[in-house]
Amino acid sequence: MGAFLMSADTTTPLSAGEIVGAYRRRTARRVLLVLLAALALCTTILIDIITGPADLSFLRTLHVIVDPSVATVKEEVIIWDLRMPVALMAVVVGAMLGVAGAEMQTILNNPLADPFTLGLSSAASFGAALAIVLGFSVIPNVGGLLVTVNAFVLSLFASLALFAFTRLRGVTPEAMILVGIAMLFTFNALLAFLQYGASELQLAQLIFWQLGSLARATWAKVGICVVVLLIVLPYFLSRSWALTALRMGEDKAAALGVNVSLLRLMVLAGVSLLSAVAVSFVGAIAFVGLVGPHIARIIVGEDQRGFLPLSALAGALILSGTSIASKAITPGIVYPIGMITSLIGIPFFVSLILSQRKRHWQ
Amino acid sequence: MTLSAQGLRFAYDQRMILNDTGFEALQPGQLTALIGPNASGKSTLFRVIAGLLKPTAGAVHLGDLDLATLSTRARLKRVCFMPQFFAANASLTVFDVVMMARKNLAGWKVSAADMDAVGEALHSAGIGHLSEAYISELSGGQAQMVSVAQALIRQADVYLFDEPTSALDLHHQLDVLSRISETIRARGAIGIVALHDLNLAARFADHLILLRQGQVLAQGRPQEVLHRPEIAATYGVDIHITKGPKEDLVVHAYTS
Repeated sequence: MGAFLMSADTTTPLSAGEIVGAYRRRTARRVLLVLLAALALCTTILIDIITGPADLSFLRTLHVIVDPSVATVKEEVIIWDLRMPVALMAVVVGAMLGVAGAEMQTILNNPLADPFTLGLSSAASFGAALAIVLGFSVIPNVGGLLVTVNAFVLSLFASLALFAFTRLRGVTPEAMILVGIAMLFTFNALLAFLQYGASELQLAQLIFWQLGSLARATWAKVGICVVVLLIVLPYFLSRSWALTALRMGEDKAAALGVNVSLLRLMVLAGVSLLSAVAVSFVGAIAFVGLVGPHIARIIVGEDQRGFLPLSALAGALILSGTSIASKAITPGIVYPIGMITSLIGIPFFVSLILSQRKRHWQ
Repeated sequence: MTLSAQGLRFAYDQRMILNDTGFEALQPGQLTALIGPNASGKSTLFRVIAGLLKPTAGAVHLGDLDLATLSTRARLKRVCFMPQFFAANASLTVFDVVMMARKNLAGWKVSAADMDAVGEALHSAGIGHLSEAYISELSGGQAQMVSVAQALIRQADVYLFDEPTSALDLHHQLDVLSRISETIRARGAIGIVALHDLNLAARFADHLILLRQGQVLAQGRPQEVLHRPEIAATYGVDIHITKGPKEDLVVHAYTS
C-alpha cells in the first residue's frame, strides 16, 4: 500500500466503478478467509478428538463419532465424555477470549488490552486460591463449584473496578491499561501471600489451576460457555458500526450519534462476562485474547463485521490447535494448555509484528 | 428553513465558554464562515448546535423547530458535524470509513447503491486512489480530505465543519472549500465552516460570524464584517482590505 500512496498524484484517477470493484474484491476475499478459518477449525476439532493418550485408531474414532451405538463402554467414555468436551471447550473458550480481547482493544483504543493484561485473569486466580487454600467461599453454599464461583466473582469484581474507573472524568485509554496492570500486580501479590501459607497439596492444585487446563471440561461447562457466547456475541455484532466508528476516535463516533460512554459500559459488561466465565472454568490462559484479534486485524482490518467473527474464529483455532499440541509434545502426557499458549503465542506474536513492520516500510 | 441561535450559554467547570451567544437566521444554500481567534468558543458553539453539549441557557432553531426537542440521534441526522481533525490509527480503509458515515449506524448490510455512492464520493473528491489504503497510512492532509468526504456523503439540513482545511496545502484548501460551498449550494443546505484564514473566509463564504470570548461581535456579508473595527480589535492587528484580480476581497493584516 506504500507504493499506492507515493504515486498518489501521478496516477490517473480511478473511476467510481473501479473503486467499487476493488472494495467488492476485498469483501469477497474477506468472506473467503472467514470460511477458510471455519473449515480449518472443523479440521482441528476432528484431530483434537482423534488424538490422545488412549490408543484408539483413527478410523475407529471416526466411526464412534458418527455412530455412537457401535462404541464399547471404554470407547464411549474416552471419546464422548473425555475428548469431545475438551475439544469443544477449547473452541468455545478460544472464541470467548478472542471476542473479549477484540472488544477490549476496541473500546479502550489499545492494542495491548485483553483479559490477561487488564488483570481479570489474575483476579480469577486469586479467587480460585481463596477457595483452594483457605476453603473460603465468596458466595456461601456453592458446594463443588467453589473454585469456579470464586474465580468468577473475583474477576467480575475486577471488571467492575475497571468500569468504575472509566466513569471518572478525563480518564484516558492509556490510564485504563495502567489501572489494569496495577490490578494484575495487586492480585498476584495477594496470591503470593496465599501461596506462602499453602500446604504442598494445595500448592500443587493451585499451580495446576494457574497454568490453565481443559482437562476438567464437561458437557455442562461447554453448554454454559456456549450460552454466554450466544448472549454476548449477537449484541456485539448488532453494534458493529458503532464499534467501528469508535476506532475513528470518540469525537467522530459521537458526531455520528454513538453514545460513547453507554457503548463502553455495555461492551465492558459483555467482555467481563465472557472472560470471567471462560477463566473460571479453564484457569488462566494467556495470549489468546491478545493474539486472536491481532491476526484478525492483519487479515481483514477493523471493520467489525469481519473483525469480530474472525477474532472469534482465530481465538478458537489457536486454542484448538494448542489442545492438539498439548497432547503431541510428549506421547502419553497432556500438558496444561496455558503453558503452551504462552510458549507458542509469544514467538508467533513477535513474528506477526515483524512481518507487519516490513509491509509498512516497503 | 433557516438556522438561528439565541442567548446560548455554556461553561466548562467555572469557565464561561459561550456567553449569551446568538446569530441571526442563516439562509439555506449559503455558506457561513465562523471566524475568531483560538479559544473563542468556535468548537463549543458547533457542539452545542449539533446537540453534543447541552447549553445552560438559550436555544437553537431550525426553521420553527427548537432542536432541543429532538433526541441526540435524530438531531445529528439533521445536523452533520465534522469535528476537528485528529489522526486515527485504525486498520480501516478509506472506503470502509466513508461507508461507515454513509450507513450512519443503520443496518448491517451494504447495498449496491451504498457502494456506488461511496465510490462516486471518493472519485469526485479526487481520493479514489486511496480507497483501499488504511487510514493509519494517510498523511494528515489526505486524512482530512477523507473526513470531509465522510461529512459530505451524509444527507443533512445543516453541515458544520470545524477547521476542515487545517492540515491541507494551498491547492487542497481551495479544492475542499469549493467542494463544500458547491455542495451546500446544490443541496440548499445550511453550512458553517470554522476558519482561521480570513482570506479563505472572504473568498468562499456568503456570510461571516465573528466570535470572541464566546460572544458574537459581528455578523453579515464579508465586505461589511471585514471592514468593521471589531475585526482589527479581536485579532490585535491592523487590517487593510483591497480588491483582488477577480473582484474578490483580499485581507492584508499588519501587527500594530
